[in-house]
Amino acid sequence: MSEILERLCKISPYELNKAEKEKIYKEASSDLTRHHYQSCPEYREILDAIGYDINAYQEVEKQPMIPVRLFKEYDLLSVPRDNIVKIMTSSGTSGQKVSKIFLDKENTKNQTRILAEILSSYIGKQRLPLLILDTKLALQDRSMFSARGAGIVGFSTFGRDIVYALDENMNIDIPSVQAFVGKHQKERVLMFGYTYMIWQYVVGALRKAGEQIHIENGVLFHIGGWKKLKEQAVDTISYNKAIQEVLGNIKVHNYYGMAEQLGSVFVECEYGHMHCSNFSDIMIRRPEDFSVAEMRERGLIELVSLLPTSYPGHILLTEDEGEILGQDDCPCGRKGKYFKIHGRIKGAEIRGCSDTYERH
Amino acid sequence: MNDIEYLVGSGTISVQPLEPYSEEVCAFAAALSDALLRDSEARRYPDVMTFAFWCRKGNIAAKKAKWEKKKEKRLGRGLAFQIAPSNVPVSFAFTYMFALLSGNATIVRAPSKEYPQIAIICGEVNKLLEHYPEIKKRTMFVKYPANNEITEKFSMNADVRVIWGGDDTVTNIRRCASRPKCFDLVFADRYSICILDGRAVEQADEDKLKKLAENFYNDTYLMDQNACSSPQLILWKNASEEVKIRFWKAVFDFAKPKYYLQAASCVDKYTKLCQDAVDMRGLKNVVRFENLVYVLTLDRLPQDITSLRGDCGYFYEYDLNGYEELINVITEKVQTITYFGIHPEKLRDFLIQSHVRGIDRIVPVGKALDMDVIWDGYDIVEMMSRIIEVK
Repeated sequence: MSEILERLCKISPYELNKAEKEKIYKEASSDLTRHHYQSCPEYREILDAIGYDINAYQEVEKQPMIPVRLFKEYDLLSVPRDNIVKIMTSSGTSGQKVSKIFLDKENTKNQTRILAEILSSYIGKQRLPLLILDTKLALQDRSMFSARGAGIVGFSTFGRDIVYALDENMNIDIPSVQAFVGKHQKERVLMFGYTYMIWQYVVGALRKAGEQIHIENGVLFHIGGWKKLKEQAVDTISYNKAIQEVLGNIKVHNYYGMAEQLGSVFVECEYGHMHCSNFSDIMIRRPEDFSVAEMRERGLIELVSLLPTSYPGHILLTEDEGEILGQDDCPCGRKGKYFKIHGRIKGAEIRGCSDTYERH
Repeated sequence: MNDIEYLVGSGTISVQPLEPYSEEVCAFAAALSDALLRDSEARRYPDVMTFAFWCRKGNIAAKKAKWEKKKEKRLGRGLAFQIAPSNVPVSFAFTYMFALLSGNATIVRAPSKEYPQIAIICGEVNKLLEHYPEIKKRTMFVKYPANNEITEKFSMNADVRVIWGGDDTVTNIRRCASRPKCFDLVFADRYSICILDGRAVEQADEDKLKKLAENFYNDTYLMDQNACSSPQLILWKNASEEVKIRFWKAVFDFAKPKYYLQAASCVDKYTKLCQDAVDMRGLKNVVRFENLVYVLTLDRLPQDITSLRGDCGYFYEYDLNGYEELINVITEKVQTITYFGIHPEKLRDFLIQSHVRGIDRIVPVGKALDMDVIWDGYDIVEMMSRIIEVK
């Protein structure tokens, strides 16, 4: 683990204020940019093409962004291929190319460690009984880790007495869930799952069956897209309410992260704000010129993470839109930027005579 | 068959040919032009205005006069089934007029997208047809989702099929059965380039430069740079670096207040730039004016220039040492050369002497998208009519 990560692990994950963070990030991200420039030939070609001066120490917002789609097109590595222990793939929709993220031992370790730092600030360091709102099948095919399976594996390290709520046909296994709840009645229980799958296969199924589970003290972390939920006019408030209605007394935390930057995730606080931890940062870019947007101005999300060393993914241009709501002053007390995600940008509609033209 | 929506006409159509440039057709074209030019809704769409201006009385009369100088006598082929490109709002109207002018009845498959331009043009056509019975009998506009069964049904009545579209569409439609004697006039994917003389750009005063930028904009941004005749590759002659920047800056200044650059296009262009950097290796100093104008300077031309393809303002440029360099890269895919500051006849004669397989048009910058009866190297009216020979 790099010196800077070691140092950050010694303080609480939401402690750095604006000035401290800018200073650390300027240096740490410049170092990462240089490392990738020296080690990843594709990255070097890109920086040379856009005329980036690799010798200057620059603020993080002046450093080059790598568009996330590039990880679908190329194998991008900043370490020898022999050092790779795991290839993470994104869960792309069928027919689409998937991202491939190459992880060496250190990156794998750091992802687990940093995820633990962030989550333990919400749930403590104790391992809690864990109910996974998914099927065990998502874990299969370990040769190529999918982000879905990786999320489950990653989360499993925080739990004990793990039970899967869905069977292999994605049907909710009510007796198993009830047994789990009965066994851990007096304890705080941890839950994990994917946003839409929970909605469809847990909330939907329980509502349909007219059943309710009575968890007394639970905390749920869920991740994933909101597109389908938005289509059904489900927002955070109604989502959380529905969870509590069918599962009991649950604190719900949505969180956000890319397969390209696992570990340094963004977690929603009790005020419904997504937070950057010490290990990551966010910038909003105006589409027309990629200039940095004002606070509360909507634009493209750029994500910065201090973790990626085996692949050039420390500064990413995503295809999501969002806005920064504030910095260092969330009523929850966490320092750093907090933000809101508006979802995926609309695909470009292009005119032209070739009517087979289609965007990715 | 329930999926067919009739925008103009109903299920029946005459297959009786007319003479090319018949009086009623010419009068109808002029009336349509007048109606559209007067339509306040239509005036909001420059592409509709371009079409209206094209089919005005004087322009059609000039074409007719030229046509009548031909020695042979002709008649239309009968019924033309025409498939318009689905991402261009007004091509269907041009292709409709081409069929009428060449003496054919026509079924036009309009784009299935809801372009307001289509509703405007169909509205005026519907109104006018009441006064033009011979044309009414010969006009049908349809819309339908991708469906080979329907395409085949229309094809089986057609004497000529006119297919506009990408290579995949063309291939797919040609697979649909047609009558043995039916022939296909096909407009597939093409690629276009631009040749600029640096000295001419240097000598242009601000007004002239602005006009050049506007013309270049109209050739490219107006169709998201994705029309077959929109240039992708800019070839410079006698140009210094300063002159090139002067030109691109002028294009940027003109496009900035006019062009709506979608957020997704910004991401797409930046992503493409990164991909090109990786694929081409050794790219340096890419010219960028915000995310609106991207220019990649090449130090050599690839074997297949048609792989150099961007959209929404993503260009490649290269210093041409002489026309000889063109010979090896002009394939049958290359359609249009737009030019500024060069002698087009000299270039044409050079290309003919060099026996190149491509290039059908050499037109000034600003004229790339001008549709006309001569397109892709065909005289469409000739192709869609037949000679009645007397010996």
